[in-house]
Amino acid sequence: MAIIVDHVNYIYGQDTEQAVHALQDINLQIPDGQFIGIIGHTGSGKSTLVQHLNGLLKATSGSIYYNGQDIYDEGYNLKDLRSHVGLVFQYPEHQLFEVDVFSDVCFGPKNLGLSKKEVELRAFDALRQVGFPEELFYTSPFDLSGGQKRRVAIAGVLAMKPDVLILDEPTAGLDPKGREDILDMVKRLQQESGMTILLVSHSMDDVAEYVDRILVMDHGRVVFDDVPRQVFSHVEELEEMHLAAPQVTYILRDLKKAGIEVDENATTVDEAASTILQAFGKK
Amino acid sequence: MDIVKAKDLVFEYIRRDEEGNVEGISTAVDHVSLQVAQGDFVAILGHNGSGKSTLAKHLNAILYPTEGTVWVDGKDTSAEENLWTVRQNVGMVFQNPDNQIIGQVVEEDVGFGPENLGVPTKEIWERVEESLRAVGMYEHRKHSPNRLSGGQKQRVSIAGVLAMHPKCIVLDEPTAMLDPSGRREVIRAVRGLNDVEGITVILITHYMEEVIHADKIFVMDKGQLVMEGTPKEIFSRVERLKELRLDVPQVTLLAHELRKKGLPIPEGILERKELVEALRNLK
Repeated sequence: MAIIVDHVNYIYGQDTEQAVHALQDINLQIPDGQFIGIIGHTGSGKSTLVQHLNGLLKATSGSIYYNGQDIYDEGYNLKDLRSHVGLVFQYPEHQLFEVDVFSDVCFGPKNLGLSKKEVELRAFDALRQVGFPEELFYTSPFDLSGGQKRRVAIAGVLAMKPDVLILDEPTAGLDPKGREDILDMVKRLQQESGMTILLVSHSMDDVAEYVDRILVMDHGRVVFDDVPRQVFSHVEELEEMHLAAPQVTYILRDLKKAGIEVDENATTVDEAASTILQAFGKK
Repeated sequence: MDIVKAKDLVFEYIRRDEEGNVEGISTAVDHVSLQVAQGDFVAILGHNGSGKSTLAKHLNAILYPTEGTVWVDGKDTSAEENLWTVRQNVGMVFQNPDNQIIGQVVEEDVGFGPENLGVPTKEIWERVEESLRAVGMYEHRKHSPNRLSGGQKQRVSIAGVLAMHPKCIVLDEPTAMLDPSGRREVIRAVRGLNDVEGITVILITHYMEEVIHADKIFVMDKGQLVMEGTPKEIFSRVERLKELRLDVPQVTLLAHELRKKGLPIPEGILERKELVEALRNLK
């Protein structure tokens, strides 16, 4: 069990008039190798939650365990935790700063105090993992397209060799192809290197397509925690939280209402197509 | 009457290295001719780097054509004496709401444009009020823009443009940085301007769901105009759109898949109810 979150509460500006209860009694178990999507309206606490998982924010009450150890124990090495739990912020390309792509990716592992050779090996590996073209290794990160910059920023975190990779809206502002490329790459990381992935996203369609498990957050609470088809069967509740199910789920519900026998909980285009074809005796 | 017209528009720019030496010439817009009728809602699609934004910047004389001509309301944008009229006729709204708001109070921000046009004070306030009402932000007029959500800020930016009484508004990915509910707010406001106020709208976006009600869609690739037509015409060519690295609405994609598998459904289905209707008719 990689991460356990136990009765975590987080209050911003405690003891002031503007105190906000940003996380309320969060309990989670995150096993190794899972691909988890976190969805929720802006301000629901998604980003606050993920920033707890690598110790950037400290819970007001409750505990977080990483591989059985309480990260709030005295003497616990938070720096070490942060190399195991990598966090890619929103618009991570704003944090690129080195003269060329390769040096930028080297920055993280260099700070771990590794040998120059090891640092460069890791940077090379990380850039390869994100599918970054070798001929661009020595160009300035500022000359790259938005999608490429984002890959470099993700490589910077991968070079720390994390066991858990958290991405906060990694596809925001990218074009459709850029979105797909990044998500495919993340999925590959999970499948090939067994990394645990937490993906914060606004896109229900993307989440439905890629993840094994969805956490739905609302007003600082985890409201649903289940496989996509179960979560998206709560269409009405999701809408009350200003969220929605994937478009295909709505279509299937409409069809069912119209008397066509389909599986109304399918969440991807492929699943939907196959249940409709079945209903029409085409399969 | 065409509010915007471009004929053989070419835009080239010179790429320079760090020392300022010329590296080469890139063509961002390549012989584009198009016309937009007064009062239309037009969308421009294309992946990142396809030349959409460069084209848009020609419409209010931020950029001038290298070759060819752009007319706004019959006036050549390259002629210096037309500059102010052109900029007043075509307002622009950009992607990042934080880069477009300068006022400390919402109503001051919206008043900034007409004030610079030399509009009498009394009329400025009338315009501020009417613009804020048009985008549904009137009740926030005394607030600080800092405390607004992304969608609200973007609506204030639109009001700021509206207060200049343009005939046409160009929106360059106005929803790319917003969450789904912010996106809906902005698109609703934009459609209102078009339906109610009769302002011509040119919307650049990656979100196909936002363009299904457009009067006309232009698709750009590598600086050229590669497709042009109504949403139905454009979205009946799913394979071509995929080649151009564009997304297709999930409904359209599902209809396309079903059709490929032998269900006799029409191409170019854009809305849920159309697909449900088509399938019901098959039963």
